[in-house]
Amino acid sequence: MATAAPIRAGWRLKQPSVIPGFGLTLGFTLTYFSLIILIPLIALMLRAAGIGPAGFWAAATDPRVLASLRTSFTTALIAASINVVFGTLIAWVLVRYRFPGRRVFDAIVDLPFALPTAVAGIALTAIYAPSGSIGALFAPLGIRIAYTPIGIVIAMVFIGLPFVVRTVQPILEEVSREIEEASATLGANRFQTITRVILPGLAPAILTGFALAFARAVGEYGSVIFIAGNIPFVSEIAPLLIVIRLEEFNYTGAAVIATVMLSISFLMLLFINLVQAWSRKRYGYGN
Amino acid sequence: MQVSVKNVRKEFDRFPALHDVSLDIVSGELIALLGPSGSGKTTLLRLIAGLEYPTSGAIYFGDEDASHKSVQERNVGFVFQHYALFRHMTILENVSFGLKVRPRETRPAAAEIRRKALELLDLVQLSGLEKRYPNQLSGGQRQRVALARALAIEPRVLLLDEPFGALDAQVRRELRKWLREIHDRTGHTTVFVTHDQEEALELSDRLCVMSQGRIEQVGTPDDVYDRPASPFVFGFIGESSELPATVENGEFWVDGRAIGVAATDQAPGKGKLYFRPHDVDLVEADAALAGVVAGHRRVGGTRRVELSVGGDHRKVELDLPFDHPAGEKTRLAFRPRRWRFFPEAV
Ligand SMILES: Nc1ncnc2c1ncn2[C@@H]1O[C@H](COP(=O)(O)OP(=O)(O)OP(=O)(O)O)[C@@H](O)[C@H]1O
Ligand SMILES: [Mg+2]
Repeated sequence: MATAAPIRAGWRLKQPSVIPGFGLTLGFTLTYFSLIILIPLIALMLRAAGIGPAGFWAAATDPRVLASLRTSFTTALIAASINVVFGTLIAWVLVRYRFPGRRVFDAIVDLPFALPTAVAGIALTAIYAPSGSIGALFAPLGIRIAYTPIGIVIAMVFIGLPFVVRTVQPILEEVSREIEEASATLGANRFQTITRVILPGLAPAILTGFALAFARAVGEYGSVIFIAGNIPFVSEIAPLLIVIRLEEFNYTGAAVIATVMLSISFLMLLFINLVQAWSRKRYGYGN
Repeated sequence: MQVSVKNVRKEFDRFPALHDVSLDIVSGELIALLGPSGSGKTTLLRLIAGLEYPTSGAIYFGDEDASHKSVQERNVGFVFQHYALFRHMTILENVSFGLKVRPRETRPAAAEIRRKALELLDLVQLSGLEKRYPNQLSGGQRQRVALARALAIEPRVLLLDEPFGALDAQVRRELRKWLREIHDRTGHTTVFVTHDQEEALELSDRLCVMSQGRIEQVGTPDDVYDRPASPFVFGFIGESSELPATVENGEFWVDGRAIGVAATDQAPGKGKLYFRPHDVDLVEADAALAGVVAGHRRVGGTRRVELSVGGDHRKVELDLPFDHPAGEKTRLAFRPRRWRFFPEAV
């Protein structure tokens, strides 16, 4: 008879699992993760670091670079916020209502995933350009959509929408009718039930959807460049500037911008993940 | 609060879940809705709560017709089988929710809400856990939170749908006793659904036995157990055996033999004789039911014997003292001491 092994404390954050194969799967995961993600990223950062701190700082704080980073991150934040509102709404409609064509509608939500981004960009530009069907409605009001940051936001909303819908939808499906009924029997009206019971319960999923939509929008290139107009200091996004630097054979300059983008994105995603972990620990759910 | 259900019918897409159900719930009583799965218990409870509306018929709270009132207006406490606690709220927030969502005019002050919620948590014996989240509690504790939450709104009726259904036997028994105590202390009119007859018999003042969308019998546990109104109730509540029998010359006959049991107050004719395993006497006589032991098992302090009776080997069950020597293939003769006879519908 083997005696029970003393519980090992220390580096292991979680209790050892009864499921075997921890070592093997961890090893595989780390190797795979390194090959696919870590090594390329490290190579990128090494390249950027090659010019030394002063050179890095100069390249990173170049006004055009700063402007493009600002454009990229603010438009991505705005787009992700818009997606959170409407994505949640769409998920709600898909889960809660039964209407003819619901399945088709449900399938259409995924189209931005599948469509080549350039196609999306060209289609959006055609519609939102001053001569396009929607752009023409706004042109008399003096509002230009295509070739401005508004156009960038629209392209980012388009490509980011499915992320929010698809993360919120399954969680919403799980919110049992009983929870809502419990709220109603306690006297809460519809509005109170939604704002105090359902939405807070969905918050972790919404946050995940936000993070994904945001990450996708920051990195988006294909659809944005068609609609953005790409005017330096106005509607030039950082990924485009990277491509421009590459075309100038300024590989280090491109790597610097990429590294800065990577760091900002990483910090934001890390923050969101920490919030998630905290909520999971507290409420025992979320993802 | 007295609640009257009057001739309620409920259809789901033309499927009748309840047919013409009428039930008077007396103010302050604890009444159990008991019945097999799909008999309409939950539907009836949800109709009372206002979570569902009747296809026809009416529901009265006192003298007031509540049929068209919304759930919010009915002010009922509802406890769900799977607790339905709000996971993102602490226990204290869960319990105070019903008071916090009241319109400003009727909402107590924040300090008062807190005091009341803590008092309820004390009542359900969860003092000290108010800062926890539902997922940090055991099932039994969660259900007690759900009850405290329902009580916080001072409901006119308390409705519980299989409140202990998801808990293990031990916890169930404890909570059962405890629910009875809470009821006696607070005096809320309480309706609870269960399909556990032991729970219903032990806990309720009256029980309402349902089957296939109809009420079969309403009565005290003694009434229902000792004087079942229908073969269904006899078979559903407690252990029972049945045999086809005929009444003739004021006696019961089974398989063409008189069994030595007087058919008091029974009209001659065919029907079914029901009796419980513990309501039989072993006899040494010819005029009796007789059969061969087909199997036996120990049930508590007695031995339950399965007897195969008559030419067509009908199985009946008898309780014998655990030290009775009867073994496999032993022949036993017995007479039901207490029985019910349900004549065949003509
Ligand atoms: N929303 C609904 N839509 C359609 N049919 C329903 C609905 N709710 C209940 N029913 C049907 O009504 C009948 C009674 O259901 P109900 O839930 O009241 O049974 P129950 O006695 O509570 O059963 P259980 O013990 O399994 O909970 C069942 O046949 C069920 O299929
Ligand atoms: Mg039910």
